[in-house]
Amino acid sequence: MKKTVITVVGKDTVGIIAKVCTFLAENNVNILDISQTIVQDYFNMMMIVDSNKSKKSFGDLSDEIAKLGEEIGVQIKMQSEDIFNIMHRI
Amino acid sequence: MINIFEVNETNNMVEHENLDVRTITMGISLLDCIDSDLDALNEKIYNKIFSKAKNLVNTGNEIEKEIGIPIVNKRISVTPIGLIGASACKTPEDFVTIAKTLDGVAKEVGVNFIGGYSALVSKGMTPSEENMIRSIPMALASTERVCSSVNVGSTKTGLNMDAVKLMGEIVKETAEMTKEDDSLGCAKLVVFCNAPDDNPFMAGAFHGVTEADCIINVGVSGPGVVKTALEKVRGKNFEVLCETIKKTAFKVTRVGQLVAQEASKRLGVPFGIIDLSLAPTPAVGDSVALILEEIGLESVGAPGTTAALALLNDQVKKGGVMASSYVGGLSGAFIPVSEDQGMIDAVNAGALTLEKLEAMTCVCSVGLDMIAIPGDTTPATISGIIADEAAIGMINQKTTAVRVIPVIGKGVGEIVEFGGLLGYAPVMPVNKFSCEAFVNRGGRIPAPIHSFKN
Repeated sequence: MKKTVITVVGKDTVGIIAKVCTFLAENNVNILDISQTIVQDYFNMMMIVDSNKSKKSFGDLSDEIAKLGEEIGVQIKMQSEDIFNIMHRI
Repeated sequence: MINIFEVNETNNMVEHENLDVRTITMGISLLDCIDSDLDALNEKIYNKIFSKAKNLVNTGNEIEKEIGIPIVNKRISVTPIGLIGASACKTPEDFVTIAKTLDGVAKEVGVNFIGGYSALVSKGMTPSEENMIRSIPMALASTERVCSSVNVGSTKTGLNMDAVKLMGEIVKETAEMTKEDDSLGCAKLVVFCNAPDDNPFMAGAFHGVTEADCIINVGVSGPGVVKTALEKVRGKNFEVLCETIKKTAFKVTRVGQLVAQEASKRLGVPFGIIDLSLAPTPAVGDSVALILEEIGLESVGAPGTTAALALLNDQVKKGGVMASSYVGGLSGAFIPVSEDQGMIDAVNAGALTLEKLEAMTCVCSVGLDMIAIPGDTTPATISGIIADEAAIGMINQKTTAVRVIPVIGKGVGEIVEFGGLLGYAPVMPVNKFSCEAFVNRGGRIPAPIHSFKN
């Protein structure tokens, strides 16, 4: 199964996780893992998700979630897990 | 499973340290296009390149989106046109028609450069190769995306000094024919010694005859990432310094490996090599010069520069080699002057000279690169500069190259704007003493003694 990493970075505010999770649920994207921290006063979240069952293409999901980020005032990126595995695991 | 710190590290490299994949270059063999009829040859070349590369740009963009790493350039390299046009082209003008075909198909498939308008004449020139070389100024003046290179020597063959002499004239003529654009044509013309068959970087990329029908080569970059990593080990000893460069180079190269594998799979084209080069851009922080300064120099060009560059180049290779299944191309730190803000600053401050740059090319790839010189520099002096670089390559069994731009109408200290990735540069002084009698001797410099290994 090919996993996807979603990162959310921005100024902390109420409801960021709720909005992101709602978007994912509506698009049939399953969340496998969430971790979150505050780095230099910035909200910093990483999710590992399975987007294979979504009806939308990776490109569309990625554009829509980035747009959602703009609405909330945070930066949301969706990337294939491959990039992190290849860089950090031998 | 991947953790948040690793994810942040990778994304920081992209967002703040200019990590990118510099180029996906598709190498396409044109050997099966050879025809004695010029029109038929041009048509076959167009069709072959179009059919192989029509999805290259889209695929690159898709990969970029999915993994979140910018892939700055998508490019094409082809078999040296000096070979492909040999049967059909009787005059330099005939060769120019091929350049125009390459330019047309490059625009059609959306790549920003197409390399391979080249001749390999390290030992001798056939009449058609000479015609091809003589067509270069016209070809570069009448096209936009075509890049040209000529290999004038190798460790195995020695130096073809007739070709060196001719190239001095060709560089000058190219400058004249593109003088309205600050002699921009010369930025797309490289003179090599020991040119590799699989280099993905322009302007020197071509698809060698030893290569398969179609391959994907990838050039990685990331001077900014190395610079940032070194900021954290300021004042530490050389062991720590070298380990840090090695680990960073490993990570950067892994990204290239992933992109190469994905591109190869999606395009159905075999993966050739990763070129492990630190390639700077004019962007702030994306500079090889700044790495050297971070290592401990007040300015690049200061005593110690060559040693610092040697260790940087070597550690990048050591880290990168394990990160990729096949390494090739030029693989080393590039030191183009106009494309590196730190180099430009050093020239302006009087810290960096042409002679020091020549010394630096002994220990890194590739050579005197993107250097603006006065427009009144004679062809013989340009040939002398080429001969010096080629000799360094020949004796040290490495690739060296010259890409100098004699900027017509400009003198020392004036600024030349090339635009985009090619950047801008101050015109640098060249030694005024003549080498005309040397260049005019004609013939070849024999291969060095250590090339006889059989």
